[in-house]
Amino acid sequence: MRAAAGVVEAVFREEHGRLLAALVRRFGDLDLAEEVTSAAVEAALAHWPVDGVPERPGAWLMATARRKAVDRLRRDRVYAAKLALMRVDSVTELPEGADFPDDRLQLFFTCAHPALPEEARGALTLRCLAGLSTAEVARAYLVPAATMAQRIVRAKRKIREARIPFRVPGADELPQRLPGVLQTLYSIFTEGYATQRADLAEEAVRLVRILRRLLPAEREVSGLLALMLLVHARWEARVGPDGALVLLDDQDRGRWDTAMIAEGLSLVPRALTGGPAGPYGVQAAIAALHVEAVDVATTDWRQIVALYDVLCALTPSPVVALNRAAAVAMRDGPVAGLRLVDALSGEERLRDYAPLHAARADLLRRAGRAAEAVVAYGRALELAVTEPERAHLRKRLDEVGGTT
Amino acid sequence: MLLINAGVAGGAEPVCEVEDWQVFDKAVREAGIFVSGESLADLVTATTVSVAGDGTRTVVDGPFAETREVLGGFYVIDVPDLDAALEWAARCPGSWGGGSVVVRPVADFGA
Repeated sequence: MRAAAGVVEAVFREEHGRLLAALVRRFGDLDLAEEVTSAAVEAALAHWPVDGVPERPGAWLMATARRKAVDRLRRDRVYAAKLALMRVDSVTELPEGADFPDDRLQLFFTCAHPALPEEARGALTLRCLAGLSTAEVARAYLVPAATMAQRIVRAKRKIREARIPFRVPGADELPQRLPGVLQTLYSIFTEGYATQRADLAEEAVRLVRILRRLLPAEREVSGLLALMLLVHARWEARVGPDGALVLLDDQDRGRWDTAMIAEGLSLVPRALTGGPAGPYGVQAAIAALHVEAVDVATTDWRQIVALYDVLCALTPSPVVALNRAAAVAMRDGPVAGLRLVDALSGEERLRDYAPLHAARADLLRRAGRAAEAVVAYGRALELAVTEPERAHLRKRLDEVGGTT
Repeated sequence: MLLINAGVAGGAEPVCEVEDWQVFDKAVREAGIFVSGESLADLVTATTVSVAGDGTRTVVDGPFAETREVLGGFYVIDVPDLDAALEWAARCPGSWGGGSVVVRPVADFGA
């Protein structure tokens, strides 16, 4: 019994997005698709422990969900007439064992449609493609479940009433629409880091893997997957035994996930060749240079600065400029870096950005200006959000002789 | 419905000509999606009416353009989905150079 329940869970995780996407395409209604998807899973939980797990659990779930959708449409005739009477016939004819096509790609584009509020895009992606419950999505974004439920309901209402289509953009629109989808997936990943939830970061990696399978020719998808893998491979090493954040320089490289690094590295050339590189490919290349070096001293900082120059041209932002300044400091020394960081500190967006003050403090410390470093660490500590970050800053502050 | 918020012409060169509007208008009609549409007269001719809770009617001149954008006209078009509507909105000269076009579905009260 327990085994069957475990299988349902595993199948659900694997098949939920595909099931939902296929049903959305068939019936054109996200709510109906969600309803029958969960009804099918409930049926599986009831039947599988008794009858055994079917040979092709995904196909079984699909057939059951379709039947339930057809029943529901027959019951609600007005609804049926409006929605999908024509499609229903073709639905019933599909043989039970037949495999169903993978329609998840269109769901990716629908969930990340630019007409939806940004905050809803990640939530909807987690709900529809990852199969997380509303409560789980709420936990991921650290908001009350009621708030998240409302956000999702509102987004679904907009999809329905503004008629946001379930479709994959054509080749001419793809360059315009794909970055939004990648941004949504990357923000799920960074949310995992902000909330220190490895499972959420891993879910983002899993979703990008699926996207890559669906769009194998898109180099930026490979770039994003490479970037995520190369960053996530260091997850274990980035927090010390005392709970403080461990910066790249001091990480125990033995704790890096070598398999994940190997996979990430293998994707980088694919992301960078065959045309001009995109921002994720370039960031993956930077991450690759970091993990390939034995230590900080032998890291190819010249190459990293050059890549940051490319990135600055592709996506100019003060945050990118700050990272570039840190790389310049490694290449040319702390004073050169400090000059760049100070030039940036006037930027509105960076004034209260903890990493800027932390970077400035580090450079001051390395330049031997301890008193100024103390002030800068103090400011960074005030602004830092996560506890490991704060613990790291407190440690540094102690080292330069400040008191916490 | 496409609500056209034309950008107020600043000192810069005009971003669209009358011909651009004619081309767009022709395209909308020829695509067979045109339901209705009007361009509105200048804002100085506008008048605003509001009725308070006690029935008092207030009529004022305006609205004055407090933002840089004013409603300049509208199109009601019949297209299958939002992406198609956005495509037409982007082709509308009103969305160019500082202007914008707001896309709103017309409410369907279940006819």
